[in-house]
Amino acid sequence: MKTLLLGNEAAARGLYEAGCRFVSAYPGTPSTEIAETVAKYDEIYAEWAPNEKVAAEAAIGASIGGARSFCAMKHVGLNVAADPLFTVSYTGINGGLVIAVADDQGMHSSQNEQDSRHYAIAAKLPMLEPSDSAECLEYMKLAFELSEEYDAPFLFRTCTRVAHSQSVVELSPRVEHELKPYEKTPSKYVMMPGNAVKRHPIVEERTQKLIKYAETSGINRIEMGDTSVGYVTAGICYQYLRECLPNASVLKLGMVNPLPLELIQEFASKVDKLIVVEELDPIIETHLRSSGIKVDGGKNLFGLCGELSQNKIRKALGMSTASFIDFGETVPPRPPTLCPGCPHRGLFYTLGKMGLMVSGDIGCYTLGSLPPLTAMDTTICMGASISGLHGFNTVRGAESAKKSVAVIGDSTFMHSGITGLVDIVYNKGISTVLILDNSITGMTGHQQNPTTGKTLKGEPAPAVSLEKLCEAIGVKRVRVVDPYALDELKAAVTEELNALEPSVIIARRPCILLPEVKTSPALYIDQEACKGCRQCMTIGCPSISFNNKKAAIDPTICVGCELCTQMCKFGAILKKEDK
Amino acid sequence: MSETKGIMIVGVGGQGTLLASRILGSVLIGQGYDVKMSEVHGMSQRGGSVVTYVKFGEKVYSPLVDQGEADYILAFERLEAARWISYLKDGGTLIVNDRRISPMPVITGAMPYPDEIVEKLRAKGSKIIASDALSLANEAGNAKSVNVVMIGILSALAEFSEDVWQKAIVECVKPKFLELNQKAFSLGREYALKSL
Ligand SMILES: Cc1ncc(C[n+]2csc(CCOP(=O)(O)OP(=O)(O)O)c2C)c(N)n1
Ligand code: SF4
Ligand code: SF4
Repeated sequence: MKTLLLGNEAAARGLYEAGCRFVSAYPGTPSTEIAETVAKYDEIYAEWAPNEKVAAEAAIGASIGGARSFCAMKHVGLNVAADPLFTVSYTGINGGLVIAVADDQGMHSSQNEQDSRHYAIAAKLPMLEPSDSAECLEYMKLAFELSEEYDAPFLFRTCTRVAHSQSVVELSPRVEHELKPYEKTPSKYVMMPGNAVKRHPIVEERTQKLIKYAETSGINRIEMGDTSVGYVTAGICYQYLRECLPNASVLKLGMVNPLPLELIQEFASKVDKLIVVEELDPIIETHLRSSGIKVDGGKNLFGLCGELSQNKIRKALGMSTASFIDFGETVPPRPPTLCPGCPHRGLFYTLGKMGLMVSGDIGCYTLGSLPPLTAMDTTICMGASISGLHGFNTVRGAESAKKSVAVIGDSTFMHSGITGLVDIVYNKGISTVLILDNSITGMTGHQQNPTTGKTLKGEPAPAVSLEKLCEAIGVKRVRVVDPYALDELKAAVTEELNALEPSVIIARRPCILLPEVKTSPALYIDQEACKGCRQCMTIGCPSISFNNKKAAIDPTICVGCELCTQMCKFGAILKKEDK
Repeated sequence: MSETKGIMIVGVGGQGTLLASRILGSVLIGQGYDVKMSEVHGMSQRGGSVVTYVKFGEKVYSPLVDQGEADYILAFERLEAARWISYLKDGGTLIVNDRRISPMPVITGAMPYPDEIVEKLRAKGSKIIASDALSLANEAGNAKSVNVVMIGILSALAEFSEDVWQKAIVECVKPKFLELNQKAFSLGREYALKSL
């Protein structure tokens, strides 16, 4: 049966058909839908882990336990999972093990655009890179076969334009793979120096065997056409290139590590010039150059930043592109904003008003850094809000601690905020931490997490108590406030800033988009009472706009949260029943 | 059908552009085309500018539509039409919901919202079908059905029969909302047939 699937859905289908039994993941755009789709198959155990390191380790354990196992993450998640990654390369596997990593060229939803192919090289692991949904499905199944054949965990690299594009796939039934027997083998699985020393040469031999596979199997294929230029490419770049040059000679790599040098050499000998088409870093190009293969074009044409497209390739190669009309005036950008009624809005309004240094983190609440709220000073990576604030305040002293806070979401706190809080308490810091508990992992599209009381499969689960957890770490001042109640919130922050010990404020109110949250009817603005002071505009609610010197509320998107009501000194913002 | 065609659906995060592209994808697959669609998930869905690319033909390579390549652009808001107009092909058609949703830089007063966008685009020679899709959606019973009204308008311009579209809606829409969306589709389609 032919059907349209997202790359992520096709990868999930590949897991199903390959007989995978265990999936652990932490959400991250553009990887999230793999685990969400897998969760619908009863045959596969699937879970959200608290972070990527745990997801990878759980999948490694399941593989040692004999099951075909899988974990998924976005590119920056692989940084978190890097520690187990490098060593599982030495141990190898029992049941097949595949680790998916989704890059985000162009940074559609990420804080950097690192190239995860570096990890394959550094950890000496084979990496497959599909170019559309059909290949996501096919390569996933292949990765499990090869993982078991070569005793190697396989990396599976996608990117936004593969993960989030739908294309046609053909479905097949699942092939069950029984659990492999587990035999205690410390020489393989206990990586202490004496054993690891013996495993490293095995890894190097494995790479040589994988190179032989890469040279001869169909996964890397030569498509001969016009021989004046030959292009070496992989993944989504293959699709862009083919769109521009349907008749060119192309070597399409399905396996981007290790590379088949003899095959590339053979291809190079059949064409007059060789050009490498790849996004981000010159991984293929550098490898070819250092191996003595003459490369006539690569990063000098395509650059190091962002994603490619058919037109970018045409321009780089000096080809013509279609003409187009232009609006001709500046079009104001439309950055994302906190939703109307978002529980984070009042909090950032308050922190901004108080003029605090806000050590920020990653989630919907990062949008609190944009105008008009502009209430965030730093965002580095998940968890860095708390530990970063500890360093900041340690060098700047107690006065600094009275004027600064860390903000972190519930999911991010569970991911990697806990250890930062331990650092503060253990090292006698006095910083104030705000946990923005909206009962969900919002930014990535509303996933459950260990604090929400539900699993990935939607089953009830024990919920971690943030209060008790913070107390157990040794924080004596833990309190809960409602972020809709601005006065109370401000009083709580002021009090905790002045306390000469660590404190945690849990700002608790569920995300307005959760199905169980009831919204209220839209408010309206009494045009007589409105004095046009613009005070209600300072909270940055997208439902409020200004026309003819008066504020107006868009009834189609206002959810009646009454945050704006707390701004208006003239009582001009009213509920329908106030009429 | 050798040439590959491109359609773009642009709008504001939360306007339901994904459902529109699902319906379109279902229609195109049903017609036997090769289809690729590139969507946006994640950050920009929070009220940001969003774009979905739909490509179809005998064999599709890139899932993206590039500048000057779109046969149709469905703009769910007029500032988004202005933002993406450079993607329209010479002779392509812009279908725009002639409605203003101010982005944050306009709300804060940092930048003006350009006036007379549709008129200016028309003056530049673009083929445009402008509609008040929101009113039609409200008439159908729910403001959220703007997406299906827009699909109704597109259906009147495309060569496939109405049945094919109706079937796709049944496939893509939850039964609970089917009647509403069928009405929204018909209102959009009638509007376009009248204004052609
Ligand atoms: C290492 C890493 N993994 C995953 C992500 C993707 N990501 C960004 S924010 C976020 C979680 C946000 O959830 P939460 O902290 O609860 O805040 P909310 O969005 O709900 O406000 C995730 C998973 C990331 N940026 N870095
Ligand atoms: S999804 Fe929820 S947490 Fe995120 S901006 Fe919207 S209301 Fe706020
Ligand atoms: S207009 Fe006021 S009540 Fe409505 S969503 Fe915005 S802040 Fe809340």
